[in-house]
Amino acid sequence: MEYNKNPLTPHLQIYKWQISSLLSITHRITGVINAIAISLICIWFLLTINNEKILFEKILNSFFGKFISISLCWTFSFHILNEIRHLIWDAGYGFDLKTTKITGYATLIFSFLLAIIIYYLGMSL
Amino acid sequence: MAEFSLPNNSKIVKGEYYKDKTGSNNLKKVNVYRWNPEDGKNPRIDTFEVDMDNCGPKVLDILFKIKNEIDSSLTFRRSCAHGVCGSCAMNVDGINTLSCIKSHTDIKGELNIYPLPHLRVVKDLIGDLSNLYKQYESIQPWLKTSKTNTEKQEILQSQKERSKLDGYYECILCACCSTSCPSYWWNGDKYLGPAVLLQAYRWISDSRDDEKKERLKKVADELKLYRCHTIMNCTNSCPKGLNPAKAIGSIKKMLATS
Repeated sequence: MEYNKNPLTPHLQIYKWQISSLLSITHRITGVINAIAISLICIWFLLTINNEKILFEKILNSFFGKFISISLCWTFSFHILNEIRHLIWDAGYGFDLKTTKITGYATLIFSFLLAIIIYYLGMSL
Repeated sequence: MAEFSLPNNSKIVKGEYYKDKTGSNNLKKVNVYRWNPEDGKNPRIDTFEVDMDNCGPKVLDILFKIKNEIDSSLTFRRSCAHGVCGSCAMNVDGINTLSCIKSHTDIKGELNIYPLPHLRVVKDLIGDLSNLYKQYESIQPWLKTSKTNTEKQEILQSQKERSKLDGYYECILCACCSTSCPSYWWNGDKYLGPAVLLQAYRWISDSRDDEKKERLKKVADELKLYRCHTIMNCTNSCPKGLNPAKAIGSIKKMLATS
């Protein structure tokens, strides 16, 4: 019997989010943001290559600039840390439920720490 | 492109409310997904007030109580009732599980029961799994050997070789894992899904099987295997405590190192 015309049972609408699935989709979103951000930053640098640093610093020190740069620090640090998690999986380790939960929360917490470190290191240069 | 929202004929509407008639003080509200192929209407959520003082501890007990005492048209699959057959797989409180080994006492507040996600409904809590069975057939889940005659009569296996199947042979194909996987929701027609890939790995790692290489080659495909992004919903939902994500990881590793 064919059931192709029957209704589809609900999926995303009802499935409970877990730390593993939440980090997985965040990984994907931060990946897209990072790719766009890097391209835009490169284009911006190419366009302003002959101009002095003043405009750049002005933007970076505005509230909006600070917000964007801190956010990007986090998307990059999260993506890097979660990618390390993926590398460990690819090597065949860390698949136990308990381990994935621990590494998941660790990734989330350390991504914020790493973001703050990168931001302050960058600003002190 | 994946379609994240439900098609028009699948949108859920509010259903009927069955008020308690026993006068019990210990009531639980149970919301159940219903769809009747005969009335041509959209799926609905019916709410039942169930008397918990006279009900067994399992989610399946609640379903039976509803079917026996409130609405006999409620349709669901079940058989063994103790987590061996895999018939009563459904989405309970947001996570796929076997309703026969899930205790309703862990779930506070209202209890939500849906069929397994992203399937075509046959009726009420029954989803159509024929695509999954076809995919299971495609990995040829039987022993293939080049041995003949007396050699073939009994193929011996050491204890160590046998232990490689632990954690894989226990799979009962209830489809909780495959239908919990977002990758399988969006690419179910091509991606094999955790249940079938776990079975594929079970045959790849069987020392008695002579077609390990062919099996690996067959599964090594951008869509069939590599749609797995280690989301881990499969392992989180497996009612038998198995680890499909690890099995898929092992296949990927075998392919990368062979």
